[in-house]
Amino acid sequence: MKVSIVESILSANDEIALQNKEILDQYGICTINIMAAPGSGKTSLILRTIDALRHRLRIAVIEGDVASTVDADHVATKEVPVAQINTGGQCHLEAQMVRRALGELPLADLDLLLIENVGNLICPVEFKLGEDLNVMLTSVPEGDDKPYKYPSIFVAVDAVVINKIDLLPYVRFDVDAFRKLVLGMNPDVKFFEVSCETGQGIDDWAEWVLHQRERKG
Amino acid sequence: MHELSVTQNVLNVVLEHAQRAGARRIIAIHLVIGELTGFVDDSIQFYFDMLSPDTIAAGAKLAIRRIPARLRCRACGEEFTLKDSNWLCPKCSAVGGDILQGREFLIESIEIE
Repeated sequence: MKVSIVESILSANDEIALQNKEILDQYGICTINIMAAPGSGKTSLILRTIDALRHRLRIAVIEGDVASTVDADHVATKEVPVAQINTGGQCHLEAQMVRRALGELPLADLDLLLIENVGNLICPVEFKLGEDLNVMLTSVPEGDDKPYKYPSIFVAVDAVVINKIDLLPYVRFDVDAFRKLVLGMNPDVKFFEVSCETGQGIDDWAEWVLHQRERKG
Repeated sequence: MHELSVTQNVLNVVLEHAQRAGARRIIAIHLVIGELTGFVDDSIQFYFDMLSPDTIAAGAKLAIRRIPARLRCRACGEEFTLKDSNWLCPKCSAVGGDILQGREFLIESIEIE
């Protein structure tokens, strides 16, 4: 006998993600899921974002890592609430993990939640967490061919942040070709070119984040 | 690696549906996976063989239907299938377009007895 199901394989995760979103919406918290390969500068971007917006928004961070609290320790030096998730080998965050982390954060006192996903370009994008926006960070030393290799993340994000642009004179990365390719895959995507090292471009990025929060009300 | 939790989800969903239908055994599971998702057939099969032995899904055939990525060019409206990571419209050479299919990730049906 054949039984028709037609259900998303990730429906269990999607459901918890939806509940997370309802909780975050209730507190008016704008939530950004930041995804990138290891070493692209996710933690650096978060630290820069905190510096740029800490006087205008109340910010918290969820740090997702396979192991260790190294990143969370960095963020904690900025004196913002931070919750660490160690996935214990799992290569992406799941909604249930974020749910637990939300319990450690002062939700009533927050405007912006930055989630640093596990460094990986493949599966984080498939697992919704309850975020308002998905942002992908890439850095110029990684090369401009990443969209060909990992299309699934480029087609799914709201913004792409190109980091380490201070290194452009030293590495082969054609920014225009990269932008054109990504726009072809995802015509509505926003681009930011930044250097978390020098601070270049961070203002534009921070303005956009602020605008997203204001749009949420 | 990420197929582990995904495969556990598949198993949970099919077991629930099979139980509801009063099944003694699940013979086959039909999945639909788009080419633009990052999931690998062999890896799903590997984890399925690892997770299913003590369930009524043990030995079930995992049939995965792959959906090619199809795009509609935003410049000329041509619809085309993505081949070899070539994102250029075959008609007008514009890059990419709106994704019509290829992001599916579904459990379509099961066969039970």
